[in-house]
Amino acid sequence: MPALFSMIKGDSKANRIAKWLVSGPPLLFLLVFFVAPSLIMLFTSLRFPGEFGGLAPIAAPAGAVHGEYGLTLETYQFFFSDILYAEIFLKSFAVAAASTLICLIMAYPLALLIARSEKRFRNLMVLLVVLPFASNFLIRIYAWMIILGPESVFSHFINTVLGAFGIAPVTLLFSSFAVLVGMVYVHLPFMVLPLYTNLEKHDPALLDAAQDLGANAWQRFWRVTWPLSLPGVFSGSALVFIPVLGMFAVPDILGGTGDILIGNLIKDQFLGTRDWPFGSTLSIMLTLAVLAITALAAWLARPAAIPEK
Amino acid sequence: MALLEIRNVTRRFGDFTAVDNVSISIEAGEFFTLLGPSGCGKTTLLRMIAGFDLPDAGQILLDGKDMVGTPPEKRPLHTVFQSYALFPHMTVADNIAFPLKMAGTTPAEISSRVREALDDVRLANFGNRFPQELSGGQKQRVAFARGLVNRPRLLLLDEPLGALDAKLREEMQIELINLQKERGVTFVFITHAQNEALALSHRIAVMNQGKVEQLDEPSRIYGFPRNRFVADFIGKISLMNAQVLEAAPSHLKLSVAGLGEVTAPSKENVKVGDTGVLAIRPEQVRISHHAEEVELKNHFIGKVQGFLYVGDVTTYLVELPNGARIEALLPNSAPGRAKFFEAGDPVAVSWRHDAGTFLND
Ligand SMILES: Nc1ncnc2c1ncn2[C@@H]1O[C@H](COP(=O)(O)OP(=O)(O)OP(=O)(O)O)[C@@H](O)[C@H]1O
Ligand SMILES: [Mg+2]
Repeated sequence: MPALFSMIKGDSKANRIAKWLVSGPPLLFLLVFFVAPSLIMLFTSLRFPGEFGGLAPIAAPAGAVHGEYGLTLETYQFFFSDILYAEIFLKSFAVAAASTLICLIMAYPLALLIARSEKRFRNLMVLLVVLPFASNFLIRIYAWMIILGPESVFSHFINTVLGAFGIAPVTLLFSSFAVLVGMVYVHLPFMVLPLYTNLEKHDPALLDAAQDLGANAWQRFWRVTWPLSLPGVFSGSALVFIPVLGMFAVPDILGGTGDILIGNLIKDQFLGTRDWPFGSTLSIMLTLAVLAITALAAWLARPAAIPEK
Repeated sequence: MALLEIRNVTRRFGDFTAVDNVSISIEAGEFFTLLGPSGCGKTTLLRMIAGFDLPDAGQILLDGKDMVGTPPEKRPLHTVFQSYALFPHMTVADNIAFPLKMAGTTPAEISSRVREALDDVRLANFGNRFPQELSGGQKQRVAFARGLVNRPRLLLLDEPLGALDAKLREEMQIELINLQKERGVTFVFITHAQNEALALSHRIAVMNQGKVEQLDEPSRIYGFPRNRFVADFIGKISLMNAQVLEAAPSHLKLSVAGLGEVTAPSKENVKVGDTGVLAIRPEQVRISHHAEEVELKNHFIGKVQGFLYVGDVTTYLVELPNGARIEALLPNSAPGRAKFFEAGDPVAVSWRHDAGTFLND
């Protein structure tokens, strides 16, 4: 918000009103959709679970003989006492990091291709990138069940190749591999779009200048295109990394029993075990982790480090 | 041997010929200018020299070596782009260091050369700034420094001063002349501003529609334009239809319709009966009171149609009896004087027998 404030100089009454008009709506948005839910979540995490799901009342109802009421830190103790949760967190972060990296490697050449093709083709190509959104997300994930299933052409092909090298056949579906495939598939457009938006703005004269000054194709990429694209890389990475962390549908459908991620864990607390306070605790921990990572990324991508033109 | 030789170079885009059979040879140390109106093919020619584009026909030789198979990054020349094309993510110092790094210069050498280059363009304290923190003139100087830092054989400049305002432009012109002289680097400079070309260059190639119309020293381009296009494009000039009456080794006698006989300097390849135009510069035409005694042979009475006051001089537009118009320039040498004649005044215009040029059709 300080950045927004400093855009309008002076301190007259009109300016003060203008400041609130400019920064008010985003502030309100943050308040309603982030701060308030987080506080509710925090409060929930400090309560006791109700007997049949939901929450136990804070004050013991008249005539209650047993049960727990009031506030407690029990769920946090529980979270930190079992290494299992740390492992699931770590695994989720590893999957998110791997998905982000694979998305980046796949999306970059595509974004570059779109940005450098003729103007009249660009919008069409962007449309093709977002076209999968036209069909339901779950249907697309189920489609991968078929593609990766044991009877699929793809599976047969992989196992034939492996067989040629004397390697035993593998099952692709219900594995960490399948989870990764699903994650990358679902999130790829979120990487392509910010990258393309960035690359499309690059001034082609800069590449000419670099070449004219002695840079070969490789040097032109690493010294000009790549550093100028870092803001796009960071926003694309955030748009992939964060949703992957919370995703439960993909591991549910494509993963095996051992492929539980944070998202599944949280979902289970609310829909399965019906332990709302613990589910809230897990959500709070996830939010804190994401905030920490976002802060780190924002610091890495600070304007002084990578000035956009 | 010439440093750069452009031999019969042609470049077509579809059925449009952007550069049409151009041959130019440029000596080492020269400040050479390509001058021409917008769209005449200057940039296209420059991009072929830099290697970003290849000729459809003809050759470009640098030090006698055909450049056709040499990509831009391998050619021993640099370009200063009109948009400057400074790298926005690098400091001024890093921008200037870029060509040195690409050439594999040692870090110690790089830092001393960058410092030297910054000094040369009077930006010693700006090394840590980013391009977006500089003024237009400063960006321009960084672009020059970057182009010159590893001492290329040839520096190509595509309208580098086009984006600057008039005052700054004049300053940068002087700076450019000095830089070129000090470094002894050959410059191929593009502009569509004829005064800039005249002020800066050793030689000028005037281009029109992909062809070179005239290639000469500035004073000859101005004084002896070879054809109507060059005469019209460079400076101000009055043109009058004329026919050759007499072609002597010492002079030409022309008949100008409605005016009568005019004497002009002799010229090769002009025969009696040839038609063309008599071209004469405003500063060669003397304007005086109509009753004043004038001893010059080319001497006519006319009427002032209008005038243009630009401070140091005033240009008068005079209509001659035949309806032709001629411009005459008079310095405002008397203090506070903005004009010596009013519109409608009858005046005498005259010029020396060796002024003006006859241009064949
Ligand atoms: N890649 C291209 N494809 C088609 N036509 C082109 C191309 N490049 C240049 N031309 C045409 O060639 C002609 C010469 O262009 P060029 O850029 O060389 O002009 P110029 O003399 O540099 O003009 P200006 O002073 O406006 O920069 C123009 O008519 C232009 O439209
Ligand atoms: Mg041009």
